[in-house]
Amino acid sequence: MTGAVRERPPALAPGAVGSRVIVWMIGLLFAIPLVSMAEFTLRDGDGGHSLVHWFALFDPANRASYSPIWIGLGNSLVLCIGAAAIVLLLVLPTMVLIALRFPRLRRPFEFLCLLPISIPAIVLVVGLAPVYLVIGRTIGTGIWPLSLAYGITVLPYAYRAIQANIDAVDIATLAEAARSLGAGWGTVLLRVLAPNLRTGILASLLIAVAVVLGEFTIASLLNRPNLQTALFVVNKQDPYVAVILSLLALGFAFALLLVIDRTASIGVRRGTRPPTSAEKVTP
Amino acid sequence: MSLLTTTPVGAGQSGQPLRRVPPAPRVRRIRADILGLLPFASYLLLFLAVPTVLAVGSGFFDSNGGFTLDNVAALAEPVIVATFANSIGLSLLTAVLGAVLGALLCYALLGFRADGSVRATVAALSGVLAQFGGVMLAFAFVATIGLQGLVTVWLRESWGIDIFAEGAWIYGLPGLVLPYIYFQVPLMVITFMPALTALKGTWVEATLTLGGTRAAFWRRVAFPVLAPSFLASFLLLFANAFSSYATAAALASQGSQIVPLQIRAALTSETVLGRENLAGALALGMIVVMGLVMWAYAVVQGRAARWQK
Repeated sequence: MTGAVRERPPALAPGAVGSRVIVWMIGLLFAIPLVSMAEFTLRDGDGGHSLVHWFALFDPANRASYSPIWIGLGNSLVLCIGAAAIVLLLVLPTMVLIALRFPRLRRPFEFLCLLPISIPAIVLVVGLAPVYLVIGRTIGTGIWPLSLAYGITVLPYAYRAIQANIDAVDIATLAEAARSLGAGWGTVLLRVLAPNLRTGILASLLIAVAVVLGEFTIASLLNRPNLQTALFVVNKQDPYVAVILSLLALGFAFALLLVIDRTASIGVRRGTRPPTSAEKVTP
Repeated sequence: MSLLTTTPVGAGQSGQPLRRVPPAPRVRRIRADILGLLPFASYLLLFLAVPTVLAVGSGFFDSNGGFTLDNVAALAEPVIVATFANSIGLSLLTAVLGAVLGALLCYALLGFRADGSVRATVAALSGVLAQFGGVMLAFAFVATIGLQGLVTVWLRESWGIDIFAEGAWIYGLPGLVLPYIYFQVPLMVITFMPALTALKGTWVEATLTLGGTRAAFWRRVAFPVLAPSFLASFLLLFANAFSSYATAAALASQGSQIVPLQIRAALTSETVLGRENLAGALALGMIVVMGLVMWAYAVVQGRAARWQK
């Protein structure tokens, strides 16, 4: 991928016209469903178009019927915080520990972290059901324990984002240098390693948020409402509001991933290149 | 020194008893480090290993906890075989179409600057559509080719074409093809783009200076180099479609044509085909298919990685 920022002789790429034609054609085809969604939200019921359904979203009279959505959104935000906490407090320290103390465990550790990609969520949920039955009896049926399952879903993406950054900055040397200058481990972690890994950490957190906001399978089959299951339920009574919120959610996720891409390209300029969002989601 | 002579291993005889002292804190340090791995290890055990073992293992037990092969035998029932065939067929079809279209898009993207806004936008959009769609993709396609969808209405009123003349196929298996392609193409862009950008411009120059043509470059150099990456991406697309659940759950309302929907039915209504733990057996079947695909992926990816250094 280092070739990506290098000057490319034109012979390899298609001509300027050809590449534009292909990208625009595919882009237009892929725009049709999104345009259809937007058009659908503007239908006012008598064959005309207006913003009536967009205004209805904020109408106090509809508060009761839309309440599942606000509950689901709130739950999803709790789950985002939970998954982000797992990445920050559990995955990241373990990865640093492996890089500094157990370099030989790197391959097996990588295998474990990427494993959730090969286990479909629908399979995992079959085994999670009995686990959450126990959790429901002991800890309670609140929403936050679900973030423990989401931590597993997020793990491959978070791993790739952070590992690429760890590989790029040689944290073993940094830690050794800081230690030999008299820094304690707390200082090494917070004031030496964390700033050097910030693009990887930020990218892993953003991707965790995106994955959790889009998760449906586990929440739906464990009967714990989140944003996606709420959209699914509300769609049956009021498809307009479900589609409006879907559009907003898609736009929000797009903005998040664009930010990841930007932070990655800032890394390029500074010479410590974390991966683009594209590489991050590649298992 | 008198204390040291009491050690039974004959440390005193070696003449350098103090050498034995430094390793002690090091051993303790390594023990402390291993303790540091414990939280993550126990987390993986509880939320990855236990659920996977429970999911796959539960198919071998009946409702009373006794061992049985009855559920696993159900995998040979015509209904279940047909469901697996549907799932595999749908995944194959959408993976082939997604891989070809996605590779074409990747190739076209080579014509844009690597750090330009077009590539950044396509990368971010691909991330959204490949990972984030789920339920919302179902809404999008109902709004597009649903019974009152934009395209359906336009075709009917402007061209007199009724795409549902044969029945409302959008809510059945055929209705899943377009939404699946809609997330397969972006996934192809994400996974195949790194391989394509790893092609070196100098290779074209080398081919041309050696008297080759551009066509020869693509046929004799680029194609053999890219083939493993393409195949690896294709396998990943297959795995992605095969394990996808949300879009189908929100869209398909007529029966359970694919395995994930069959698992939902088994989980929520308790008995499918009169069996209690069929979900476990179906999960086992999915894991076997996924295991084979991911194994092939690892083999192919190993070959592909050679050219991406």
